[in-house]
Amino acid sequence: MTLTIAALIASITVFVLAIFLGFELISKVPPTLHTPLMSGANAISGITIVGALILSNVAFDGGHPGTAAWLAFAALVMATINAVGGFMVTNRMLEMIAGKKKKKRGE
Amino acid sequence: MVDSAFYDVGYLIAAALFIFGIKRLSSPKTAPQGNRLGAMGMLLAVLVTLAKMYEEGIIGWELILGGLVLGTAIGAWMAIRVEMTGMPELVALFNGFGGGASALVGLSEVLGRLQSGDIPDGGVELYAVWIAIGLCGLVGWLTLSGSLVAMGKLMGGFYIPFSKKDDRGRRRWVNFPTWGPGWLNYVKVALLIGSLALIYLTIQEPTNTQYIYALVAISCILGILFVLPIGGADMPVVVSLLNSLSGLAAAFTGFVIGNNVLIIAGSMVGAAGLILTFIMCKAMNRTLTAVLFRSFGGGGRETVTRTKVGSDPVEVAMVCDGISKCVIIPGYGMAVSQAQHAVKEFADLMEERDVEVSYGIHPVAGRMPGHMNVLLAEASVPYEQLIEMDEINSELPETDVAIVIGANDTVNPVARSGEGPLGGMPIIEADKARVVVIIKRSLSVGYAGVDNDLFYEDKTMMLFGDGKKMMNALNGAIKDF
Repeated sequence: MTLTIAALIASITVFVLAIFLGFELISKVPPTLHTPLMSGANAISGITIVGALILSNVAFDGGHPGTAAWLAFAALVMATINAVGGFMVTNRMLEMIAGKKKKKRGE
Repeated sequence: MVDSAFYDVGYLIAAALFIFGIKRLSSPKTAPQGNRLGAMGMLLAVLVTLAKMYEEGIIGWELILGGLVLGTAIGAWMAIRVEMTGMPELVALFNGFGGGASALVGLSEVLGRLQSGDIPDGGVELYAVWIAIGLCGLVGWLTLSGSLVAMGKLMGGFYIPFSKKDDRGRRRWVNFPTWGPGWLNYVKVALLIGSLALIYLTIQEPTNTQYIYALVAISCILGILFVLPIGGADMPVVVSLLNSLSGLAAAFTGFVIGNNVLIIAGSMVGAAGLILTFIMCKAMNRTLTAVLFRSFGGGGRETVTRTKVGSDPVEVAMVCDGISKCVIIPGYGMAVSQAQHAVKEFADLMEERDVEVSYGIHPVAGRMPGHMNVLLAEASVPYEQLIEMDEINSELPETDVAIVIGANDTVNPVARSGEGPLGGMPIIEADKARVVVIIKRSLSVGYAGVDNDLFYEDKTMMLFGDGKKMMNALNGAIKDF
């Protein structure tokens, strides 16, 4: 993979625009959602799983994989925990919050 | 042969799902859907990556499948098993894992490149990739070690493994320290400059792995030193700042492996986390720099010289008889004693007696953004009864009884005077209610180290004791009344 200046600038553009997008995206959040929002956003930062997957593509048959491969494996496990656990726990919290509302309405 | 643009479109859809997901997470009605959209985006990103890897040729499935299965199993197990009271610790831990994963990807990439001799000979690629790897390592390791310290602080301490058990079958407990003299800030700045210098050195001499390992070590120490001086009540700020950093680490990882979906998702999470951090700071009337660099409440704690006679639950039950409006103001003490169910029972008893009950929630009550809301939701408190600070303050003058459970600084009237450590902090004006009942273990000062005049007012009744026990005793007294 050769990186050109044009490609780098394009990536930096995406980076800067996404930061602005993030700032604009949530201007007002009710306190009830502070925890779920944080933990949901946190789960999204598990996207690094993509990088971990790519680097985990290592063969076992030529002896044992090197340090780099085991680091990638550890990264993959951690990122997966972050993503799967994060979304599940957020879902649990939101169900708890929303569930009560439904019950209230049914009364 | 599928065109590689096909995969890029897949990543683009995943990024769009993340954007909609975060947007919807910020409104109560759409939040569950927002979370699902985020999860779908993640699944799509993983599937697209696997498909792309499959086409380019997978040489070994073992680590890939093993990692996915193991991570899913552990993550799901933790998410299902956790109690709502343990939520702050778990969020901090997951956050640390996110940062750690990004850091490990960066380290794996650089070691892999060194192994295969794939080092750019200079120019833009060397600079861009090596700076990205360096920053991804710095932020990632800092997030990991910082989050672990934050988790320790949120737990309050830990049992020493293998130590002798006492007669109740528990191992020795050590409180997690909070330590940070003023000179520590200079150490932190020096370490930060040192780590940036190391990134520069790795560019000058890419093959020297010692620079890389030194960077790992310094980043970890920096993370520990950042969080160590920060006390309990500032934790909401720290947890959400670390959340922001883990997003940033993922974005830098995107530069390392040249993938836009990581850059978009990561920087968006970083920005969103920063907004939440500022919301928390604003609620405490403190700047982010003050939270991070000025140890708070450590020195100059006021000693309590005044005394106040405690009331008993029966007295309070008598006061609560025949009232029409009651406001419950919870604080960290409710979380510690896990009194939320007892509080809900009290509210039910009051409602049976035609008393209007609502809860006044201070934005930084507890140890994580929205901590009280999550706990009370667990105890089936209707969402509509949780009232934000500004709104409840207009209701408090017409309130008969305000019950403050395990809160101190967030109801301290001294904040209105504009002086001292609490000066200017927005508070819940419990002192405006006709009668104030405070459930607290003692008269001791809160996190800010300031004595609370509210305790000594004539209309204040103190119930000294553990939040849950006192709440249950009060409920019992009301039932007997």
